[in-house]
Amino acid sequence: MIKADLISSLYVFMLAAFIGFEVIRRVSPLLHTPLMSLTNALDAIAVVGAIILAGERKSNLATVLGTIAIVAATSNAVGGFIITDRMLKMFKSSRAPKP
Amino acid sequence: MTPATGHLLEVTYFVAAVLFILSLKWLSSPVTARRGVWAGEVGMVLAVAGTLLHRGIVDYKWIAIGLVLGAIIGVPLGNVAMTAVPQRTALSHAFGALCVTLVGTAEFYLRAPDVPPFVMSVLSLEVILGGLTVTGSLMAAGKLQEILPQRPITFKGQNLVNLAMLAVAVAIAARLVMHPEQMFLYPFMVGIALVFGVMLIVPIGGADMPTVISLLNSYAGLSAAAMGFVLNNKLLIVAGALDGASGFILSVNMSKAMNRSFTNVLFGAFGQVQTAVAGGVETRTARSASAEEAAAILSAANKVVIVPGYGMAVAQAQHKVRELYDALTKRGIDVKFGIHPVAGRMPGHMNVLLAEADIPYDKLLDMEEVNPDFPQTDVALIIGANDVTNPAARTDTSSPIYGMPILDVDKARTVMVIKRSMSPGFAGIDNPLYYLDNNLMLFGDAKAFVGDIVKELSGGGAHG
Repeated sequence: MIKADLISSLYVFMLAAFIGFEVIRRVSPLLHTPLMSLTNALDAIAVVGAIILAGERKSNLATVLGTIAIVAATSNAVGGFIITDRMLKMFKSSRAPKP
Repeated sequence: MTPATGHLLEVTYFVAAVLFILSLKWLSSPVTARRGVWAGEVGMVLAVAGTLLHRGIVDYKWIAIGLVLGAIIGVPLGNVAMTAVPQRTALSHAFGALCVTLVGTAEFYLRAPDVPPFVMSVLSLEVILGGLTVTGSLMAAGKLQEILPQRPITFKGQNLVNLAMLAVAVAIAARLVMHPEQMFLYPFMVGIALVFGVMLIVPIGGADMPTVISLLNSYAGLSAAAMGFVLNNKLLIVAGALDGASGFILSVNMSKAMNRSFTNVLFGAFGQVQTAVAGGVETRTARSASAEEAAAILSAANKVVIVPGYGMAVAQAQHKVRELYDALTKRGIDVKFGIHPVAGRMPGHMNVLLAEADIPYDKLLDMEEVNPDFPQTDVALIIGANDVTNPAARTDTSSPIYGMPILDVDKARTVMVIKRSMSPGFAGIDNPLYYLDNNLMLFGDAKAFVGDIVKELSGGGAHG
């Protein structure tokens, strides 16, 4: 990584961390479990690194590790989104009409 | 990469990053929360689709196998029971960290021996954090699923051993930064991180799980962000930073709710307070009441606050509690739920369990919202909660839980506690609440007792 890239990456990390703090501080404790399962699902974006590893076929080790990594991350993304939506569907207000 | 597809990839990553931030923003309210899931899904699909166009990819076979297998495993993991959400979450921390650790390892062996110092530093951070999160989360999941003993296992000098292990892993990382050609060192670094993860969770008991899960969440996020630095992928840095921040905030919340200092949590040295023993033999007596008496008191109330604890979930009493809520609400009684941050096995778990039982979310109040209400509350009904209602935390400086924020149930006109026996809770601390004049013990199984109260309420309707 050249130096300019490093600096801009550090900026991205710093700004994203601040946005994360400000946005997540506003999430009601009511939804802290869905919050964790959703951030977990978003974290599965690491799959993009694994996809490139498994697809480049640069070495057998990289292909094997990349493929296992795809399985792990994809199951997180799929499972994480499903369960978050299942949980959020259950939260109903007493003021809103029941479906 | 041709400029066109290269730019397309960058654009999909950028849009995905925006959608991820919106996703968490929309999650802040139950009204818009499901839109947040949708935004996250679209961002994920976009980024994956963009990546598949990456020109360096020469073979799609293994990618396809990986994606299909992952989806096959993911669907059942998304459909576990709500009581099993904590262990599922721990398992998904492990999977996320596994992905990061494997990618880091593959990158190391592809690039070694020519790894620039900065890349080697973040790569080491990535695999050390990732490695300890893999085994630590598996241990946590095992304890939550009760495959492993929930009892904390401690030995003399435990923290010293753990810190020494971490120091060795960091020393190896430093050596690799200076001499990346000494590739034989790499497996030792990852191996120590994996063992360290196990050692980190061994001394931790069941009641501390909310803190542990949040902390592992933060580690998983930070390791993914480190991976973003290694791959120079800004989308990964954003997602990792968001996840890391989220886990960090939740860890701080949980440590405050458990009365632990923040450094205590940061270094994972929790689980010690539990060795506290109960004081002298209790000579005071507690009054008890029957379901009939409890129903009479409840039906005469205007304002009732129900305080559920994990014991309610263990007894599977949520749906009976919902019936009680309905019966009381039908009589025009104002019923709310007071929920302590550590009421479940992970942050917010109790809210999910009650929402599953169809209790409206605007009746679920957190500790700060509900505490000012207790002096105007006629009945505080405690179901399966103990330490979080212990007034000793406010008054008794010698109590191990002194300073822990609690629900001020003792300020209600009448307190009723459904409990199997007088035995102390997780922390092994006696609860002076039970001997107060305004307290009534309702001895029995939570589910059965609440059911009996509901029966009394519906049967006694004719008497007014």
